[in-house]
Amino acid sequence: MTSPVLLDIDALTLAAGHGHTVVSQASMQVSRGEIVGVVGESGSGKTMLGRAIMRLTPQAIDRTGGDIKVEGTSVFALRPAQLRALRGPKVAMVFQEPMTSLTPSLTVGQQLAEGLEQHVPGERATHRDRIEAMLRRVGLADVSRVLDAYPHEFSGGMRQRIMIASAMLLRPALLIADEPTTALDAVIQREVMEMLVELTQENGTAVLLISHDLPMVARYAQRMVVMRRGEIVETGPTSQVLAAPAHEYTRQLLATLPQRRPPRPLATQAPLLSARGLTVEYGARQGWFSKQAGNRVLHGIDLDIHPGEVVAVVGESGSGKTTLGSVLTGLVAPTGGALRYKGQPLAARGAVFNDYRYNCQMVFQDPYSSLDPRMTVSALVAEALRLAPGLTPAQKDDRVADTLQDVGLGGDFGLRYPHELSGGQRQRVAIARALVRRPALLIADEAVSALDVTVRAQVLDLLADLQQRYGFSCLFISHDLGVVEQIADRVIVMQAGRIVEEGVRDAIFDRPREPYTRQLLGAIPMLEATAAGGVRLKWRNDAQASQPLAAVSLT
Amino acid sequence: MNRRSLTAVVGGTLVAAVVITALVALFWTPYDPLKLNFKARLAAPSLTHLMGTDELGRDVFSRLMRGTTASLRVSLMTVLLATGAGVLIGAVSGYLRGWPDRVLMALNDALLAFPGLLLALGLLAVFGASETGIILALALAYMSSVVRVVRGTVLSLREREFVRASRVMGNSELYTLMRHLLPNCLAPVIVMATSMCGWIILAESSLSFLGLGVAPPAPTWGNMLAGSRTYIGQAAWLAIFPGLAISLSLLGINLLGDALRDRLDPRMRRRV
Repeated sequence: MTSPVLLDIDALTLAAGHGHTVVSQASMQVSRGEIVGVVGESGSGKTMLGRAIMRLTPQAIDRTGGDIKVEGTSVFALRPAQLRALRGPKVAMVFQEPMTSLTPSLTVGQQLAEGLEQHVPGERATHRDRIEAMLRRVGLADVSRVLDAYPHEFSGGMRQRIMIASAMLLRPALLIADEPTTALDAVIQREVMEMLVELTQENGTAVLLISHDLPMVARYAQRMVVMRRGEIVETGPTSQVLAAPAHEYTRQLLATLPQRRPPRPLATQAPLLSARGLTVEYGARQGWFSKQAGNRVLHGIDLDIHPGEVVAVVGESGSGKTTLGSVLTGLVAPTGGALRYKGQPLAARGAVFNDYRYNCQMVFQDPYSSLDPRMTVSALVAEALRLAPGLTPAQKDDRVADTLQDVGLGGDFGLRYPHELSGGQRQRVAIARALVRRPALLIADEAVSALDVTVRAQVLDLLADLQQRYGFSCLFISHDLGVVEQIADRVIVMQAGRIVEEGVRDAIFDRPREPYTRQLLGAIPMLEATAAGGVRLKWRNDAQASQPLAAVSLT
Repeated sequence: MNRRSLTAVVGGTLVAAVVITALVALFWTPYDPLKLNFKARLAAPSLTHLMGTDELGRDVFSRLMRGTTASLRVSLMTVLLATGAGVLIGAVSGYLRGWPDRVLMALNDALLAFPGLLLALGLLAVFGASETGIILALALAYMSSVVRVVRGTVLSLREREFVRASRVMGNSELYTLMRHLLPNCLAPVIVMATSMCGWIILAESSLSFLGLGVAPPAPTWGNMLAGSRTYIGQAAWLAIFPGLAISLSLLGINLLGDALRDRLDPRMRRRV
């Protein structure tokens, strides 16, 4: 414990086989017990940087220059046995995807014991006690049952707690957390993060927090590093980087953070689409001799969408928001309740349904799976006009070309295939496909969740722009409160298949009435733009802001 | 020339040679493949008889050419039948799910439980040992694996969002199936169909070898190979040339199949 510098990355350069530089000339330090955030978009090299510390980079990636020292020893000079002694006891890692980072065929107890058996085999008698204590510490109840259970028996949040427990059992000096809470719901995200931070502080473990989530890094990291295309463009104390960003890219990144726009005046009109008492039950079965009750995922939803309005549906996973979207697009038939479109009852078929089907379009979450890989961009967009009434082929071609132009994919983009486009471009194609019909209602299910922050900002701007021009209504389903705060006119909060609270955006965000809404809003801080050109951390719910970190209880 | 186009050229050349031979043999062979010539029994390969003659003095080269026609015809017809029926059943089964799926899959699994060749043998006993019989028997025997592959692909594809997107557009189920699901199943089916061409040639040869295939004196690669057994010590060319024909055509078909898959899939086409 002589030098305070624990991790020293010096001019590290990593290159893929064909000369493409993944990380170039990256230098940074982490001191003992410090939390350092690494932010950047996908492809910025932040994950590779983190993996290189444990020499876990893929085969195809070579170190072409620079060095990484952990406690003064270069990790590249280590022999295999020494490397194993580094991995685990000195440097540990928590991965993003808790669903796949635990071995499905071993019990939790066996997996947790692995590290201890490998590194402290002499103290076998104490292993079980240490594991149980650690599991209790990460907030799992009924520890003896947990030990004999398999990973699939746990939710994502629980699995991530187990993952953290497994990493922290050996009390490493450095924990690399690569997007540790990205796959989790907001409320759980906060609980897990607070637990992680407390636990590492107790053990004097430094944390390298790799994330694309700026507010989270701002909340927990003392220092932050901004990466772009393999280069570290800015580094400094978090508060300083956020308040007065020095590098152009950092400023750009901060500018893409969602900010609340002034409320739009909307004329009160008759609703375009209204739902009354909508229920959905899955798996209900009526056999010859028995009747089996199903799993009810929507309990009597009442909802109105007015012309030109953006209605956001927020809630955690399992709240029924995606099912609601599927019912409104007609992909799932409701088990009960009624829908009215332009005041007329909407049946499963008939003229009203055909009109609605034509005028209600959808943008899906995953732009990698929502486009048929065998069709070109123009063919994909043109397909939506196949059933368009009263358009000549020439008019259809023009409409396709115009719409592609609208979404910024003019020129020869029409001839490309989806795999030749980036995620953002694919989502633009999906938007073009939905809008080429000039629909009255667009349902966007997590339409920007899979995109990088800067791309997300562009796509959101594009949507707002097109909405301005074509005046469609939008049902925006999202778990991302920042995005919702930026674009929604009205917000619906859902929990466990019910609408908890509903209202105008400013009312929901500024004066939430229900405890659940307050909890949801309080889970994630936001970064508010300051006059100085930087941002500062702000809690959406003031009651939570004053709460010191240590006082947050684990639930 | 990169590795991939080399594969295509070699595979293409071999397959083209086989196809051309089969076509030419329809109209012309150096000798009548059925004509006996007792003066030239078991003659070694020479300029007059390129691949020698068999125990009855028939020209092996001519017989091999005529055999190519038969083998290829059986193979192509069988593959067309097996993939056509397999794709249809697999797609319907995977897309509809529910009870049609359960019934079709139960039948298919029953078929799949028998080794292909054994099943074909049994079916041949029912259909009778003729060329049509072989085609029907082999098609039925090999269809079940196509059904499995297509059903599996359709099952995973139908959950993809582009299929849901097609439904949101108001496209009919049939259109969605034809436009979005089938083309995306194509790559595995084509790879399967090409390698199946090979298996069928082999299976047909085996059946003929066992005496259940195309009846002699009409030559096929399989019954030529079968006939060579007795004379293998004195006249190795009787076994070598049909064996070589089988191996080379299999190699050609497999290489071409790989090249075809790469070419047919737009995701593979423009990747560096």
